Amino acid sequence: MSSILSKAFSVRNPMKAVLAGFLLILSACDSEFNNPYQEDDKKLSILYSSFTERPKHLDPAVAYSSNEYTFLAQVYEPLFQYHYLKRPYQLVPLAAKAMPQIHYLDAQGGVLPETTPEPLIAYTDYILELKPSINYQPHPALAKDAKGKYVYHQLTQNQIDGISTLTDLPLTGSRELVAEDYIYQIKRLAHPKNQSPIAEIMKNYILGFEEFAKAVADKPKTAIKSVSLEGVSQITPHQFRIRIKGKYPQFIYWLAMPFFSPMPWEADTFYEQPGLAEKNIKLDWYPIGTGAYVLEENNPNRRMVLSKNPLFHGELYPTEGEDSDEHNGLLKDAGKALPLIDKVMFILEKESIPYWSKFLQGYYDASGISSDNFDQAVQFTGSGNIGLTATMLQKNIQLETAVTTSISYLGFNMLDPTVGGYSDATRKLRQAIAIAVDYEEYISIFTNGRGVAAQGLVPPGIYGFAEGEQGINHYVYDWVNGKPKRKSIPEAQKLMAEAGYPGGIEPKTKAPLVLHFDTTATGVDDRQRLNWYRKQFEKIGIQLDIRGTDYNRFQEKMRTGNAQLFNWGWNADYPDSENFFFLLYGANSKVRSGGENAANYDNPEFNRLFEQMRNMDNNGQRFQIIQQMQEIIRRDSPWLFGYHPKNFTLHHDWYRNLKPNLMANNVIKYARIETADRAKQRLAWNRPVFWPLGLIVLILLLLCIPAIKAYHRRTRQA
Amino acid sequence: MINYIIRRLLYAIPILLGVNILTFVLFFVVNSPDDMARMQLGQKHVTEQAITNWKHQQGYDLPLLWNPEATAEEKITRTIFFQKSIGLFALQFGVSDTGRNIGEDIRQRMWPSLALALPTLIFGLLINISLGLVVVLFRQTYLEFSGMVMCVMLMSVSSLFYIIGSQFAVGKLLKLTPISGFDDGLAMVKFLILPVLVGVFSGVGSGVRWYRTLFLEEVEKDYVRTARAKGLSEMQTMFKHVLPNAMLPILTSVVVALPLLFMGSLIMESFFGIPGLGSYTIDAINGQDFAAVRAMVFLGSLLYVIGLLLTDISYTLADPRVRLS
Repeated sequence: MSSILSKAFSVRNPMKAVLAGFLLILSACDSEFNNPYQEDDKKLSILYSSFTERPKHLDPAVAYSSNEYTFLAQVYEPLFQYHYLKRPYQLVPLAAKAMPQIHYLDAQGGVLPETTPEPLIAYTDYILELKPSINYQPHPALAKDAKGKYVYHQLTQNQIDGISTLTDLPLTGSRELVAEDYIYQIKRLAHPKNQSPIAEIMKNYILGFEEFAKAVADKPKTAIKSVSLEGVSQITPHQFRIRIKGKYPQFIYWLAMPFFSPMPWEADTFYEQPGLAEKNIKLDWYPIGTGAYVLEENNPNRRMVLSKNPLFHGELYPTEGEDSDEHNGLLKDAGKALPLIDKVMFILEKESIPYWSKFLQGYYDASGISSDNFDQAVQFTGSGNIGLTATMLQKNIQLETAVTTSISYLGFNMLDPTVGGYSDATRKLRQAIAIAVDYEEYISIFTNGRGVAAQGLVPPGIYGFAEGEQGINHYVYDWVNGKPKRKSIPEAQKLMAEAGYPGGIEPKTKAPLVLHFDTTATGVDDRQRLNWYRKQFEKIGIQLDIRGTDYNRFQEKMRTGNAQLFNWGWNADYPDSENFFFLLYGANSKVRSGGENAANYDNPEFNRLFEQMRNMDNNGQRFQIIQQMQEIIRRDSPWLFGYHPKNFTLHHDWYRNLKPNLMANNVIKYARIETADRAKQRLAWNRPVFWPLGLIVLILLLLCIPAIKAYHRRTRQA
Repeated sequence: MINYIIRRLLYAIPILLGVNILTFVLFFVVNSPDDMARMQLGQKHVTEQAITNWKHQQGYDLPLLWNPEATAEEKITRTIFFQKSIGLFALQFGVSDTGRNIGEDIRQRMWPSLALALPTLIFGLLINISLGLVVVLFRQTYLEFSGMVMCVMLMSVSSLFYIIGSQFAVGKLLKLTPISGFDDGLAMVKFLILPVLVGVFSGVGSGVRWYRTLFLEEVEKDYVRTARAKGLSEMQTMFKHVLPNAMLPILTSVVVALPLLFMGSLIMESFFGIPGLGSYTIDAINGQDFAAVRAMVFLGSLLYVIGLLLTDISYTLADPRVRLS
């Protein structure tokens, strides 16, 4: 080819050169100049995604952010996972052979019947059995020589000097997953040197956890293997027991989180060798799991690449789901072996504008929608339904929406003398504010309709959420024509008068009541939002003083109880009401105990019901207790319940099996890419356009003419 | 000259120490070790015990600058400042508060920064100097006037506009280059075309005006008149006589910037997805990662000192009359 071109471009054949140039341009029109990936990647089934900031940790004992779970959950396998398609969210076995056997025990260790009342239960045993023949991904930490000795457990300085990434160690090995690996990981959670964020929580539940932490505090990370932890013990190589204090049904949800992933002891022994951490080769950056994918390339400064685990034990695509799943084509791959994608490429993309443009060019398979692009992507139909714009429909882009299991709220500090307390007057003041602050308007203005006004603590999709009239906040809404309708401002003003602030005027000072709102939203973009809050409070005559503060000072104010009103949010750890109601449990008061109850709400009746509800199994009685609790907090209004954000995800038609699952993190294995369709569409959308370049050159040449003339004139004059 | 260099390097020690103390004080005025712990531990379930553990593990449970409970020299050495800063002078940047080796991160990220900054500097210099000379060549004509108007217009536009505009025009409409991204080896070229173009273009306005000023000063000098009197053409006068004599201020601005090329450009790298050092410091400040912040500030000041030294040395090469003593 090159010889043909060189002949064609020969000076002796100017016509041929022009022709060849023309052909070259024509052929270039059939390729993608703006393709940011390598040409060979086109043939592979690769999912292209991005990350905006590098994950801080990839050690399952430490990681606790969604951006970390994006990678971790594909590599590590806890005992359980959430069913991909079924709703409400349901746990199913992952590495476990079956759901656990649960035994309640008395203080002496005697087995109690299942119906035993909670106060009589001293311990709960979870008997967990693993699937056989699950193997770890190939990894240098598990590489053995012919004599069965680990090859890389005693690296010499020369060997360490010669490597810069883990892949520089050529030999890898694997071994079967055993119960001891889960036990080892629970010990890792307890070791203070690992700084697991859930260590303090698990102290309250796993028997002997705190004692173990104290015993190993000064020991190296690798020393924990031989130290026993009372509450965790092996029964057989594939079976083990976790003993927790009392009854805590939500514990099973923790077992589905990456914290409870298996960890081979060899990993710590390997990574803790001196000299490796200096090269960023550590367990926190190079995972070792049994999941569908392995982290093939780990460059958090540029890109992270997951590829199929060659030793994956095998899992099948679910064969059942919700009724609509069949119709939506989500069961077309039922029974197929997972994962369905060869590789996942996460590219560091800090700015949303280039990401969005590349999504529209087909170089990313899915995208969220930022406020800037919302109008370009989504439109509301006359009936208020959400639809895609013509541009999106033309590209066959699909939209998936889901209400998140989270809440964004505005809290009152219940310790504050003005807005806090449990008297009728302060309660009515808070209720009046709850009516005045119109979150439907907020959602419409500031989130482009991406949210649902909250009627209480529990988001839709979580057990305890009540639909219809039964589920509305009667202190703020009326049920009109089958829909909740916010009460009128005169009703709020009436409550203000009853609270002792007629027209919003404080009787003592004869001046409008001034409330202080502490927020970390201090940017230019937040100004409109804060002005909106001011206007809402003005509706009932209250002056809102916005106190902008950095996050450190904000947290300090919250810890010391120096805030009056504040804005915060919560994202569920697991799909259970307990994970929301504990945010208002008295014993969790932020000021008194440093807990998560930032409003410092402490209602004895609510506390009693919470203690009763938290350890109950889901049944009718629990549902009723949850409704009672909702009623108490709606009446007391320690929060303006704000809204539950709604996720909007766009994806190209070639990206199949995408169903929003807000609890599961290991969802990539279910996704499928129609590679041929993608390649065809990309080519069609990305044909290069050359003629403007010629035009620019021509303009530049024309611009040179006066300069040349001027130069000649000057030369002649000289 | 060796003595001069050694002396300048010794002068750098108190400067770097001062920069270190200033960074330390500024950082800890805004952030306490408790704040740092909360930032690293996340926002959920963070107990006081967890914070205490984190500070102990990371060495932030010591006093900041002075340890009154310690004895003798430990009053100074058993402090956060000493423990975290002393290694810097041996270019041991240590481990960031997120647990990554800072030196390794810097080594990895400085090359993409350099890959973007170096061609931008070279092409920018060539174009700006050439255009500067051309403008001076046509001084006192409508071409100079319109050129200057054009320069002011180019200077008045935000670099962010150039970035987004070029991504839209070249990447999205014409589809000639990738909108953003990066690759290793020769494959990186297609990713660098657009950012280099933007870098050069956005600097043309100010660059041409700056060089025009330099050349205008030179062009009125006696030796230029002599050159013209000898019968040299205007082009020969400009390129053979004016340009070499204007090299000294050009050297000053270029050589001092050379070492800092490694430090990258925040906006360019963020928008074009170049994995350089540009956003490293900002990310560290946002993440309250003191270890990374102090390392980057130290590195920045060290490179600046080196840049100034190199400038002095380059004077002696460009102008034989200059002697360092």
